[in-house]
Amino acid sequence: MKITGAQALLKCLEEQKVETIFGFPGGAVIDLYDEILAQDKITHVLVRHEQAAVHAADAYARVTGDVGVALVTSGPGATNTVTGIASAYMDSIPIVVFTGQVPTGLIGNDAFQEVDIVGITRPCTKHNYLVKNINDLVPTIREAFYIARSGRPGPVLVDLPKDVMATRFVFPEPQQVKMRTYRPTYEPHPGQIEKACQAILKAKKPVIYAGGGVILSNASDDLTQLARTADIPVTMTLMGLGGFPGTDPLSMGMLGMHGTYYANMAVANCDLLIAVGSRFDDRVTGRVDAFAPHAKIIHIDIDPTSISKNVKVHIPIVADCKHALTAMNTWFARSEEFNAKTEKGNHAAWLREINDWRVAHPLGYVDTPDVIKPQFVVQKLHELTHGDAIITTEVGQNQMWAAQFYHFNHPRAFMTSGGLGVMGYGFPAAIGAQMAAPDRTVIDIAGDGSIQMNIQEMATAMQYKLPVKIAILNNGYLGMVRQWQELFYDKKYSATPLDVAPDFVALARAYGAVGLRATKPSEVEPVIKEALATKNLVVMDFVIAREEGVYPMVPAGKATTEMLLV
Amino acid sequence: MKHTISVLLQNKPGVLSRVTGLFSGRGFNIESLSVAPTLETDVSCLTLVTVGDNNIVEQITKQLHKLIDIIKVTDISEFEFVEREMALIRVKAEPSTRAEILRICDIFRGKVVDVSAKSYALEVTGTCDKVQAMIDILRPIGIQEIVRTGTIAMTRANKKY
Repeated sequence: MKITGAQALLKCLEEQKVETIFGFPGGAVIDLYDEILAQDKITHVLVRHEQAAVHAADAYARVTGDVGVALVTSGPGATNTVTGIASAYMDSIPIVVFTGQVPTGLIGNDAFQEVDIVGITRPCTKHNYLVKNINDLVPTIREAFYIARSGRPGPVLVDLPKDVMATRFVFPEPQQVKMRTYRPTYEPHPGQIEKACQAILKAKKPVIYAGGGVILSNASDDLTQLARTADIPVTMTLMGLGGFPGTDPLSMGMLGMHGTYYANMAVANCDLLIAVGSRFDDRVTGRVDAFAPHAKIIHIDIDPTSISKNVKVHIPIVADCKHALTAMNTWFARSEEFNAKTEKGNHAAWLREINDWRVAHPLGYVDTPDVIKPQFVVQKLHELTHGDAIITTEVGQNQMWAAQFYHFNHPRAFMTSGGLGVMGYGFPAAIGAQMAAPDRTVIDIAGDGSIQMNIQEMATAMQYKLPVKIAILNNGYLGMVRQWQELFYDKKYSATPLDVAPDFVALARAYGAVGLRATKPSEVEPVIKEALATKNLVVMDFVIAREEGVYPMVPAGKATTEMLLV
Repeated sequence: MKHTISVLLQNKPGVLSRVTGLFSGRGFNIESLSVAPTLETDVSCLTLVTVGDNNIVEQITKQLHKLIDIIKVTDISEFEFVEREMALIRVKAEPSTRAEILRICDIFRGKVVDVSAKSYALEVTGTCDKVQAMIDILRPIGIQEIVRTGTIAMTRANKKY
């Protein structure tokens, strides 16, 4: 029996066990939307801007651990996805984005709503395709999902010309994807594991530096086991938060530009740095030559290009984090030398040294009785949700306060645009997360600036009855840029005051949502409690200290030991 | 340092653009680039010459290998290899210089491939350095036009018997 390309696409999605897609229709994808209406296996979530569809798919992927899917039309529909795709690329999130395209006969003619989206997204996708022939459609989609989820995950874009979607053909049998040119390495080299474990055995001052790869490869338990077995303190990158329990005594919280004093000091003084699924980003390393200067470095990463890219690595391990950590845990379980030690891998002196740093400069802020401090709001959110909420963030101060003060104990509970730093990520991400986990509490910690970058999605949340909570830390500024202007540009606040802003409470009500406001510290808890008890989209407008800064802070280009403290 | 990198890639639309985009996007240099099909019609061989220290070249080869459509990446400079480039050079040929041009052409084992009343077009093949040397010698006589292929290269066969 022959079916159309559009029908085949939906069949492929079913084959990939896709349950939810995020999209926005248009002329080039009408055939597809016609088929979406004719079936009930896949839920389509209509967003209000295509960028939001991609962010939502991104968060959906992070919560479920599977591939997120977005569907948009050609031209402007496609170009609007670019920010979302670039963000997923930087954060290695598996998504597949389907874009409509003008009919093959018109490609290259500057047709209405035509754009070379494959050309535009070439540098910000893991791979992309233009399907010109109906017989390539199904193998291409299978390959797209395979590439998105395997190896170092990432976004894949498939461009679908309108005539291909309307062509009838015979749907090919299911087939395992086998690619001659793409074979990621999952298993670690045993020799390298041996070297790494020996190095750990000898180390006096080891530190684990865990990144997003730990979460992507579902290796949190294995990492926790290794850290506890060998008694190694752990610091996490922004993307790695939740990869190791944030309230564990061995956790030092986040490192880097806005990392804790003790994490940065520990890295600067360690003799062995074990990097797991992290990529030595400039926000983590600060001045590269002063980063872990005394340390031997072990680096576990599935992507060979990450190894020795920014910082020279002594023991590279190209492998999936989970496989490598499992191998290391097995090594320690079998090692006679390790198990013969009376105090197994005990680094008491080193942990005391770290604790001294922690006591000297704990993560903190100056509390005030009359003005709400943003850190206090995040702490209250943590307390009242018992640390169990899924937190998404926008980008800027709100993102850093969320990272510092919501101590994540579980993986896949913190969604943030870490690499690209997209303002406007958090709210659509919260929508995607809530679709993936309808019973969880999902909170977008936002700023008054960034929430306005995708605020139209309130309609989406209302349409699908998604009880997302938005906590706006409202300081009337583009706060992070203002902080830089305060510190490094003589307090010349160029274009950062947001003097004209909507009344967020009234705006929430205009969409049929609930709006709440707190202006005093005493109002914070009641507002959060009411929000958490409300089965509806809620906007919490916290009017916070206007010029509060994020500290510690490593000024750009400085060593991570040169922190500005509270 | 100069490195010659040989890349086997799938002969599909857009693959060359993935390679060149990678170089421009990451700020790597391309000195020369040449690409043509191999014995397998759906596989092409791309030879490129780039300049950079060892770390940069290591990144270049890893990043190239990461591209989905690329089959194999070899930094040929790590091995014994032969390289060749061809150039077509049109030189101004006055009665007083015609003999001199032919002598130079002979020395470099070149060929005359086109003749007119006022010019010779010469073909020369060799290493990049040899082609450059011939160009340098011809330059004072008056070069009107140059087209070069860019380097292609191949590792030498294993000499063990």
